[in-house]
Amino acid sequence: MFAPEVLSFDLTNPALVFILVDMSSFWRTPGRATLRDIALVCVADALVGASFGALAVSGGLPLWVPVAMSLLVFAGGAQFAAIGVALAGGAPLAAVTTGLILNARHLPFGLAVADVLSGPRWARLLGSHLMTDETIAFTLRHEDPARRRATYWLCGTALFVVWNASVALGALAAHAIGDVNALGLDAAFPAVLLALLLPALADRPTRRTALLGALIAVAATPFLPPGAPVLLSLLALVPFLILTRTTRHHDSDDPSAKAPTGTEHRPEEHREHTGQRHDEQDDAHIRTPPEAAP
Amino acid sequence: MTATLPMTAILLLAAGTYAFRLAGPLLHERLGPADRLTRPLAAATTVLLLALVATSALTENQDFAGWSRPAGVLAAAALALRRAPFPVVVLTAAATTALLRLCGIP
Repeated sequence: MFAPEVLSFDLTNPALVFILVDMSSFWRTPGRATLRDIALVCVADALVGASFGALAVSGGLPLWVPVAMSLLVFAGGAQFAAIGVALAGGAPLAAVTTGLILNARHLPFGLAVADVLSGPRWARLLGSHLMTDETIAFTLRHEDPARRRATYWLCGTALFVVWNASVALGALAAHAIGDVNALGLDAAFPAVLLALLLPALADRPTRRTALLGALIAVAATPFLPPGAPVLLSLLALVPFLILTRTTRHHDSDDPSAKAPTGTEHRPEEHREHTGQRHDEQDDAHIRTPPEAAP
Repeated sequence: MTATLPMTAILLLAAGTYAFRLAGPLLHERLGPADRLTRPLAAATTVLLLALVATSALTENQDFAGWSRPAGVLAAAALALRRAPFPVVVLTAAATTALLRLCGIP
């Protein structure tokens, strides 16, 4: 309900005013349900972070290694992979390469949320570092620009604080934490991501493409280095691109195929898929032109 | 155990990761607003994330991870589809996996 004012400021006033206005409605913009979900993902990631810190230190690495990694790399999957290579006695360069292949997916992620990271230069430089799978998945659930921005920054900042604190605590308490796998925490990360993805998977062409991609990735896993199978899943986009190109000319039975953006076609009902409910009226149809690229 | 990971390696990984993260917004700025790309990019992101879900649920060290973890993820997915609240979804995943492991299933 504050979005229209924010947007009109955005169009006429300098960036600083926009940021101030943006901040004042910061806590209201994502909606209470999103705030709750972000908090819960933070709890889940805190457990994963603690297990990462514990794993690294109990494996024989000095305390500063998991702490520095979490601050500077800030990507759970790559951190686990790199530490795994190091603990298995692999060369540091192999650990770096594995982590980098895993993190290459952040490039298309950054393209997909470029609208969120437009604006002042410091916001782009700082915001890019906060990019994670969870934050991207949360941001993709929204189409209103103000809500996307607030969700990205809130989720990114919260996860950065929680992740680093929990890694440090886990590293300090390495010997107190027993077998993390016995708690089933390794199932939490894929479950969190999948629950976040469900609204996007409601679109049939996207769902088919993603399932094909997942199949490709799993099938390729025994043969490729860690991280590469996930990138290979992008091959599934080839039939998707051909399909969307043809449906642009011929009317199909699927109305979503003609939606101008990837997020706009999401039916309202899927918003509540994971119990998410928005307190405010959706401002989906008010859009600002991108502020970047003067 | 003599596992090592020098600071140089961490800095290399950090710099490369940051470059990947920053490349998206920078490329977008160079190319200008490309609405035609929005839908394929959203699809690409979904494909990557689901592939990540599948590989992290099913595999570990390039091998099958065992039945407990995918079972936990499946149970969570079933609840998420029935619009169960988020905490229930996450706790179900961990609890199912932990319970199956307690029963001796890897």
